[in-house]
Amino acid sequence: MSKYLPKQSELVKEFEEKPSVLKGDYEGREWWEMPFEFREGNFCFPAKPEVIKDLGFPNPRKWQPTDDDWKLPDGWQKILKDAMKERLKKYRSLKLYLDSCVRCGACADKCHFFLGTGDPKNMPVLRAELVRSVYRNDFPMVEKILKGFAGARKLDEKVLREWYMYFYQCTECRRCSVFCPMGIDTAEITIMVREILQLVGLNNNWILAPVSNCNRTGNHLGIEPHTFVQNIESLVDDIEDVTGVKVNPTFNRKGAEILFITPSGDVFGDPGVYTMMGYLLLFHHIGLDYTISTYASEGGNFGFFTSNDMMKKLNAKMYHEAKRLGVKWILGGECGHMWRVVHQYMDTMNGPADFLEEPVSPVTGTKFTNARATKMVHIAEFTADLIKNGKLRLDPKRNDHLRTTFHDSCNVARGMGMFEEPRYILNKVCNSFHEMPENTIREQTFCCGSGSGINAEEYMEMRMKGGFPRANAVRHVREKHKVDSLVTICAIDRASLPPLMRYWNPGVSVYGLHELVGNALVMDGEKKRTEDLREDPMAGFEDGEEDED
Amino acid sequence: MKKILMPVAAVALLALIPYVGVEYAGLSYLFGVVIPYSATLVLVAGFLFRMVDWLRRPVPFTIVSTTGQEKSLDWIRQDKIESPSKPWHAAVRVLSEVLLFRSLFRNNRAELRKGPDLAYGSHKWLWLGGLVFHWSLLVIVLRHSRFFFLEPGPFFQFLEQADSFLDVTVPAFFMTDALVLAALSFLVLRRIGDAKMRLLSLQTDYFPLFLITGIVVAGIAMRYFAKIDVMPVKDLALGYMKFSFSAPGDIGSLFYVHLFLICVLAVYFPFSKLVHMGAIFISPTRVQLNNSREKRHKNPWNKPIKFRTYAEYEDEYREKMKKANIPVEKE
Ligand code: SF4
Ligand code: SF4
Repeated sequence: MSKYLPKQSELVKEFEEKPSVLKGDYEGREWWEMPFEFREGNFCFPAKPEVIKDLGFPNPRKWQPTDDDWKLPDGWQKILKDAMKERLKKYRSLKLYLDSCVRCGACADKCHFFLGTGDPKNMPVLRAELVRSVYRNDFPMVEKILKGFAGARKLDEKVLREWYMYFYQCTECRRCSVFCPMGIDTAEITIMVREILQLVGLNNNWILAPVSNCNRTGNHLGIEPHTFVQNIESLVDDIEDVTGVKVNPTFNRKGAEILFITPSGDVFGDPGVYTMMGYLLLFHHIGLDYTISTYASEGGNFGFFTSNDMMKKLNAKMYHEAKRLGVKWILGGECGHMWRVVHQYMDTMNGPADFLEEPVSPVTGTKFTNARATKMVHIAEFTADLIKNGKLRLDPKRNDHLRTTFHDSCNVARGMGMFEEPRYILNKVCNSFHEMPENTIREQTFCCGSGSGINAEEYMEMRMKGGFPRANAVRHVREKHKVDSLVTICAIDRASLPPLMRYWNPGVSVYGLHELVGNALVMDGEKKRTEDLREDPMAGFEDGEEDED
Repeated sequence: MKKILMPVAAVALLALIPYVGVEYAGLSYLFGVVIPYSATLVLVAGFLFRMVDWLRRPVPFTIVSTTGQEKSLDWIRQDKIESPSKPWHAAVRVLSEVLLFRSLFRNNRAELRKGPDLAYGSHKWLWLGGLVFHWSLLVIVLRHSRFFFLEPGPFFQFLEQADSFLDVTVPAFFMTDALVLAALSFLVLRRIGDAKMRLLSLQTDYFPLFLITGIVVAGIAMRYFAKIDVMPVKDLALGYMKFSFSAPGDIGSLFYVHLFLICVLAVYFPFSKLVHMGAIFISPTRVQLNNSREKRHKNPWNKPIKFRTYAEYEDEYREKMKKANIPVEKE
């Protein structure tokens, strides 16, 4: 595994022996006196100068967080303060959330990074307090008159370093906001702080490189059109090998009824590609008139992790392409933050999409009234409707070799409110499904620990710490129900959960929901199935047995 | 320790000011008339200012926290309160936050055990303590409003009777007095007893707790121990209602301590975290509707942006696309 990752036994020792606030054991210091330090494994590499230049972001340079000199631009305090003022004017949320926290502590032990590190500044309330303390110092109120009364601080370089560290130790998952009596969403503060940190050139390569790629080639991985098509075509061949069915996706085809957009991780990454095979099988099964675009070949939007403008810019391609191709509406694949952006921001930023039609399922005739304005339907909604109307031939026994549990990805759960559709589908395509403990699922679901663009290799130690609460919940069902398959509907999860499972729960594999759909689909003209899409043997379908019905 | 002792000292000092002022300097007009009017003015103006200040800032995006199933397919049951799609759903959601502390009710406690293993337990103490504290305060404030009317209506009589139904002392003992003290002690002890709370609490968190304790203690002392004459107090209160500026009658100094601390609280209120009382009604993540795909939400400062168009993309990749048989616009 990663050279940035300690052995599991070492991390366990750290968990159990190192004093942490969670265990009620710390010296009588104030939070702002608590030390922190950048060291290998707890920061992501800053963006390369050429990437920053390409995007037109400020202050491109070579630097490392461990350096003494961060090569900040002159007057960086003023840049940050002005940017903060501007955002306080533009967002009621930011102003209100800075003003009204009562420090009740309900959110304190809700963040996976706090649970995994025990670091007090990872308590959401203190994470926000890193900013609040400066805000109080700069925006005079009674508390400023009574100096020291409210823990106000000057924005100095130490504070800036803290911001850089702790706002990239928040995955914007919003779990804390579920419990806050004031509805304070610390993710909202993280989003703003990251946006202003960009202005002085404090960033992360794992975020900015995909943004730059996505801008140029259409997708995060920087895949050019021909390679994109080739890769899907090789998946088409794999599908034929396993099922005997030849599916035929089209690309950039004008006049198709539906434009399908999914994260590029599904096209290139393992195990995302198996989910892609599932989509292709499904569309073939129902004879959907759809096309895939090489230009808008990315559902995910890492712009969301840099700035509002960048998010808008990347997102604009979806509508632009739908208009050019003349499709009726857009169908979106399994992804977390893509759906947060599509659901909460897209229409506001780049709508109205009046050149599209109100989505109607061509197979069942169901109107997706909940997507009336954006004209974009989530594939889980689409498939659940197909199953409910009996339009799919499914054999759930074909997933009998898997014992599953379901991971709600935080963006789909707390940024969208989709809980039932994936569970409905899962229950129809497999026979063994077990929920994780109740404080760890649905709206209380835990982040994979690598969301919001901190899925970097060099960040592995923090990822394993932050992902620990999720892994721990999986361990419970593994021990209790022998679960070996973690199903999810997010491309980042499909990339980040496998190493997390290898580390904490070896033997648990990660699946996309539509991979299981693809396994279970009984296709016209298929050959006798003995293997699933991964070419793993299915239970009860071994060669020579005659129990297929 | 300093951050606990300083607010205690501050409250003690604040209590001493009117005592000395009235007892030895005869400043009852200042403490009985001038300061209360000024404090009320600051409270009302300050609070309005804060609310308007928030409300005039835009809410550019729909960022509602969805803590329940969204409205989607007909046969999937929407959680209307946790994922509201109609204004009245959101109203119920906010009111259940305000009146019942719905989110705090969900609170649990995570514990790291050997293994390592995370265990979660239900943890409703904060919910209970907070609820008792706020509701008791509300009842107490409502009970006090009878001072301001010549003929308190049946509502106040009912309130008073209900609050003192354990009629064991003379004058009748109010349960809310005891409850609010118990809740205050809990809230203070909770901040001191739990390592996490100790760390995240500031002087501004202790100060209002001690201040309110001071107010309650002075009030109780007045009623049961150093009994003061109620009639001049009632006259003073009725005077406030008529905007009268006549001098108060002869009231014990303890009353001025009680009143002055209330004035301090009133002045402190709009400028501190106590404005959460207003914020909770307009918190964007809770008041918004989760219908952002169904209905377009407008952003007042949304400006057009330049993005890389398909044409620019095709210009760069045309040859490669043609070779791969991908349709192109221009040959
Ligand atoms: S739960 Fe909300 S109000 Fe309480 S400390 Fe956390 S952010 Fe502040
Ligand atoms: S949004 Fe998630 S990662 Fe960020 S502070 Fe809240 S719980 Fe932690």
